[in-house]
Amino acid sequence: MTPSPATPVGHPHGGAHHAADDEPKLFGLLAEFPDADALVVATRKARAEGYTLMDTHTPYPVGDAADALGFPKSEMGVVMFIGGLTGACAGFLMQYWDNSYGYSLNIGGRPYLSWPSFIPITFEMMVLTASLSGLFGLMALCGLPRLHHPLFNSKTFDRASRDRFFLSLEAADPKFDLGRAKAFLQGLNPSSPVEEVFE
Amino acid sequence: MSIAEHPPAAGGHRPGRSDLPLEPEMHPLVEHKHDLVSVGDAIGSVVLNGRHPRGWWIGFLAGFALLQVLAVSVCWLFYMGVGIWGINVPTAWGFAIINFVWWIGIGHAGTLISAILLLLHQKWRTSINRFSEAMTIFAVMCAGLFPLLHMGRPWFFYWLYPLPNVAGVYPQFRSPLTWDVFAVTTYFTVSLVFWYIGLVPDLAALRDQAGKRWQRVFYGLLSLGWRGSAIHWRRYEKVYLLLGGLSTPLVLSVHTVVSFDFAVAIVPLWHATIFPPFFVAGAIYSGFAMVVALAIPVRKWYHLEDFFTDHHLDICGKVMLATGFLVTYGYFSEFWMAWYGHSLYEWGTTIERMFGPYGWSYWCLIFFNCAFPLTFLWSKRVRRSPFWLELICLSALIGMWFERYVIVVTLTRDQLPSSWGRYSPTIWDYATMFGSLGLFLFLFFLFLRYLPMISITEMRELLPKKQGGGGGHSIMENAP
Repeated sequence: MTPSPATPVGHPHGGAHHAADDEPKLFGLLAEFPDADALVVATRKARAEGYTLMDTHTPYPVGDAADALGFPKSEMGVVMFIGGLTGACAGFLMQYWDNSYGYSLNIGGRPYLSWPSFIPITFEMMVLTASLSGLFGLMALCGLPRLHHPLFNSKTFDRASRDRFFLSLEAADPKFDLGRAKAFLQGLNPSSPVEEVFE
Repeated sequence: MSIAEHPPAAGGHRPGRSDLPLEPEMHPLVEHKHDLVSVGDAIGSVVLNGRHPRGWWIGFLAGFALLQVLAVSVCWLFYMGVGIWGINVPTAWGFAIINFVWWIGIGHAGTLISAILLLLHQKWRTSINRFSEAMTIFAVMCAGLFPLLHMGRPWFFYWLYPLPNVAGVYPQFRSPLTWDVFAVTTYFTVSLVFWYIGLVPDLAALRDQAGKRWQRVFYGLLSLGWRGSAIHWRRYEKVYLLLGGLSTPLVLSVHTVVSFDFAVAIVPLWHATIFPPFFVAGAIYSGFAMVVALAIPVRKWYHLEDFFTDHHLDICGKVMLATGFLVTYGYFSEFWMAWYGHSLYEWGTTIERMFGPYGWSYWCLIFFNCAFPLTFLWSKRVRRSPFWLELICLSALIGMWFERYVIVVTLTRDQLPSSWGRYSPTIWDYATMFGSLGLFLFLFFLFLRYLPMISITEMRELLPKKQGGGGGHSIMENAP
């Protein structure tokens, strides 16, 4: 059972590799599982085996898979907290400085620092910057947007957004050895033969 | 139809590895036996295999026609100025603020459904959250149009923001109108971010499901290269949860600030502390009415009754019943405070409001908002009947529009009889109002055509484990 072709073929997500290129570089191996539980079990085993550069790909979030990958907690809380705090401070100081120094407005003799009136805008600025730092922080940390990824060269990977659960091992992993890694993944009972993915 | 999630033999105990506490679910949230593929196909094929029912064309063309009415009235407005509207002292706000508040209120149900119900673990929200978030964004666009048009010189709209300039004018940060600028801008931006982040995995699903090249390119670009990585999912869920947490106070703050536009003024019956909660309840009431009014025909046209079930109608009806009574309490409270407060002006304005020249609008409000919907919503048969619920929702939408009308025409009779006046909208007021409805319908039907109207990802999470799904996990449970 040596299923994968040695040379990659055209794939649905953007042209075939050019024949003129050098030998295509192996990105890694991709194993397909029928459900989330099987994927989580496989991921735990792969981690126990010592692989570190790996990832799972699922059509919906599987928290146990992230745990098995050794990513128990995301950084987004900190990112959004700092973003929100920055926005709140900036919003408050903007109002204080603008209405006191930059463009002084005497409204009915109220003090320049009439802080209770500044709360609504401070709050809105906090929400705005926290949300935007969530969006941009998410994209930056995930390395998105990107137009292409080697995994999209796979012929079966489009089912990762549909009904299959994938485990990918990267060739860049220090422990990676093509023959052993392939045999190891094959031993985890994937629902179809392990596929080699090229960059 | 029953679902196999809880077979009678299971005795209420769900088998499986889930370490979550078991929660009994009285009604299935996804009808029939769906699996991961069929969920994606049922929702995705609406977008990808563009055969659209006649209802879509009727709605789209009606929206498009009304959009032209908006275009003509806006061009005429820019040419002539705001004098083409019926506004004048003492009613200088008129339809512009009525429609602004009405639209913004409609938008609030989307945020309520997507954010507050998320935090409350209400899994039934999944069928309608995408749909109503889209509705929020389009409604806020329509709302934002009115203050811009009312400005007279809309090309100077950026003066609303504290940008360095040499014009010698600057925002006054103690004014609710300035708060409003920040609140609505933030609300629009955050709603858009929340909606888009929720869409990304679905767009990736459409990219992989698409048959045509342009679809793969279009959805591929929009999905940002999403590949369902567990690490990305974990971050994604955290962001989604925190956005829900941020949007919850945001939605309350936005309509509170909108109500401050009135309540901070000293006009009789406006200057009341009941206004913020009363406005928020009214916003949710009208927003749910709009969600249901749109969902009932759409689910029929696209045969999505499996996802938006009669049980959902029932729950939405109950939410409307509760918020409808909160609103009614607001009307009672206004009356009671005017009488009990012994203020000549408050009581006089109350009598004017009920029996004055615009008294008819007050009784329209009471009929469309309270009497008719709140009588019939008690009945489960009515709540589960698409026809009757549609009728009730349209009634509530009209009623909530009259509420803002009643509030605004209060300006015609304030403390000083010498400054009394009359207000009557012109044909251009009506043209702009129905035109904005056209803008809303136009955008909404385009949304139905090009984006998945139900969250594929969350529907898959909702499926029972043995059908391949996440066993009813919701965003909260995976997001440390």
